[in-house]
Amino acid sequence: MTKDEVYDELAEVMRDVFDDDTISISSHTTAQDIPGWDSQAHVMLIVAAEQRFGIRFRTAEFETLHDVGDFVDLIMLKRERV
Amino acid sequence: MLSWLPKHRDAGACLRQAQAAGDGPTMLAAARALAGHSRDAQFTNRIDRLARAARAAMPASGLAEPGLAEVGLAILSSHTIDHLVPAIRVAGLHRNLAIEVHTGEYGQFRSALIMGDTMLERFAPRMILFAIDLPSILEPMALSADRDTVEASLAGIMEELRLLWSLARERFGAQPVQQTFIPQTSPLLGSNEAMLPASPWACCARLNELLRQASQRGEVLLVDIANHLPDAGSEGRLYDEVRWYQAKQLVNPLVAPAYGELVARLVAAFVGRSRKCLVLDLDNTLWGGVVGDDGLEHLRLGQGSAEGEAYLTFQRYVARLAERGIIIAVCSKNDHDVARSVFDQHSEMQIAFDDVACFVANWADKASNLRHIARTLNIGLDSMVFVDDNPAEREIIRRELPEVAVPELPEDPAGYVQCVADGGYFESLGLTSEDLARSGDYTANNQRAAIRASTTDMEGYLQSLDMTLTAGPISVLDRSRAVQLINKSNQFNLTTRRRTVEELHPLLEDARTVTLAFRLRDRFGDNGLIGVILARPDPAWTAGDLLIDTWLMSCRVLGRGVEVAALCALRSAAVQIGATALIGEYRPSGRNGMVEAHYERLGFERVETDTPGGETFWRMSLQNERAAHHHLKLELTV
Repeated sequence: MTKDEVYDELAEVMRDVFDDDTISISSHTTAQDIPGWDSQAHVMLIVAAEQRFGIRFRTAEFETLHDVGDFVDLIMLKRERV
Repeated sequence: MLSWLPKHRDAGACLRQAQAAGDGPTMLAAARALAGHSRDAQFTNRIDRLARAARAAMPASGLAEPGLAEVGLAILSSHTIDHLVPAIRVAGLHRNLAIEVHTGEYGQFRSALIMGDTMLERFAPRMILFAIDLPSILEPMALSADRDTVEASLAGIMEELRLLWSLARERFGAQPVQQTFIPQTSPLLGSNEAMLPASPWACCARLNELLRQASQRGEVLLVDIANHLPDAGSEGRLYDEVRWYQAKQLVNPLVAPAYGELVARLVAAFVGRSRKCLVLDLDNTLWGGVVGDDGLEHLRLGQGSAEGEAYLTFQRYVARLAERGIIIAVCSKNDHDVARSVFDQHSEMQIAFDDVACFVANWADKASNLRHIARTLNIGLDSMVFVDDNPAEREIIRRELPEVAVPELPEDPAGYVQCVADGGYFESLGLTSEDLARSGDYTANNQRAAIRASTTDMEGYLQSLDMTLTAGPISVLDRSRAVQLINKSNQFNLTTRRRTVEELHPLLEDARTVTLAFRLRDRFGDNGLIGVILARPDPAWTAGDLLIDTWLMSCRVLGRGVEVAALCALRSAAVQIGATALIGEYRPSGRNGMVEAHYERLGFERVETDTPGGETFWRMSLQNERAAHHHLKLELTV
């Protein structure tokens, strides 16, 4: 899976989680940019991404995510190990 | 997830369409339809958002019309539960309930109740659910603590919970509901963990046992996640440590839909919306094969074949549901006599023909037949669950009669029991002995109706019923059913005076009063407790007069002369305590017009009184013998 594909899939996951078809993302997108991205939605996003990409984040990894770029890099890294 | 619900062909498109439409009723209808389909946690959240948007776009009165009942549920918790709320609301929609959820401040479950909470008071919940995690309530103990020390500590926890439950009742008038505890840790010994009473895992098991005892005693209702959720989610475990550390979520968000179902079905049972009747197809549902084609002797049912055992087990489950009070009906495309022959002749059948309250086997379409069954049994379509192995029949019923629940039966009969059970259609808050007899009752009522149709002369019909009316003081055993009748009967109820057990008690103890409970048996079975009379002296009347404060009877036994026989019992009991006259009272309630002339018909004389509320009073002397005409055998127990 290429980086672009991961971005596309993740954008789709986020559209579902936030119920907003207009969401588009870049590496600099953060929680501030998306209405409704609170701590509860954050957990739901992580759970949904785990399901979509067939991976599992470690407890410590949530704290290292600052923007969508970090998120995508982490997903890429995890998928390589699968 | 929620495998008993059918899959939607294109749920995403349906949701987007409704969102685009934007008007309340369209969005609400779509949300309700989607709620009845299999759905994961994320899609459940989206359905909830659609339903919320619909309600925001509708006036408050907009709910009653589409048949949604509003129920307020407050959840007081020691951990994060916000992620579970949408799933509860959506599971409610699917049961025609608009569940409004109030969540208390995280971790404030004690103070909300003890100090009071104006938000909660304003919300006025019907039910309060306590969702508490073990670490927040169980103090750490040395593993060396002996059983007595552990028991004392757990008794302390139960004491605190009981306080919360009684505050929920007294301060908020709400039904307390307790979520069972989950260990959040692993055993230290293994299978024999109970040998180490102070281990947190063993404490959790013991605490849940104490909760179940409390629920048996009627102190609280349980949402038993410990027993009913661990295998509910194919998508994740009930408790996921990562979610706990990350967000203090005790219940894994992936399991939320199953959790919501568990809560919503309890709410449904509490407000009387559980289903009552199981309608079964026959061929390939109760046995393997088609009786009309394969013949009786080639059906797969019973020991000897794996498939036959699966059908046998399903039948046993159905028979137990019948015993539990669920009405069983049959709706099959078959020749009536051929279908019937299996019940009469197949030795492995677990369901007797007499257990089936309504048996319909013909070639008409099943939607019409289900309507006919509902009419015959006098129940609503929304009380019915239709079980059929044929996906096409299921689809037709879902389309034609959306009120009927139609579980998505798996192809393998080995999964039938689990599928029907998972649906949670028949959730109940406990059974009275009347419930246990009721199903047989419906069957018998139908046979009674059949006799009535064939008997043109009424006297002969009543004679043929072979009725025995038992009358006696309201015993301890009768008390809960008597109070139930006192608070529920509307039509055959002369005064509509409601009473609690506590209010009834002094009357039962008073030697100057007559309290009578009536039971009716006939050749078809025991109708159970069907009437209550309370008569007492009253200062407004002269000495020797006994005022009939309460007289009510179940409408099931109308038109059989039961009231005439009941009066005979009342007269004897009144004479025994030295009364010289009976005073009958009729208080119009708007719903009891059928008994307006009750006392007149029984031969009482009108007493003229000035009564602004339209009450009428009637007198009957007890000084002389009176002949009464009825067809019941009367048994008086004093």
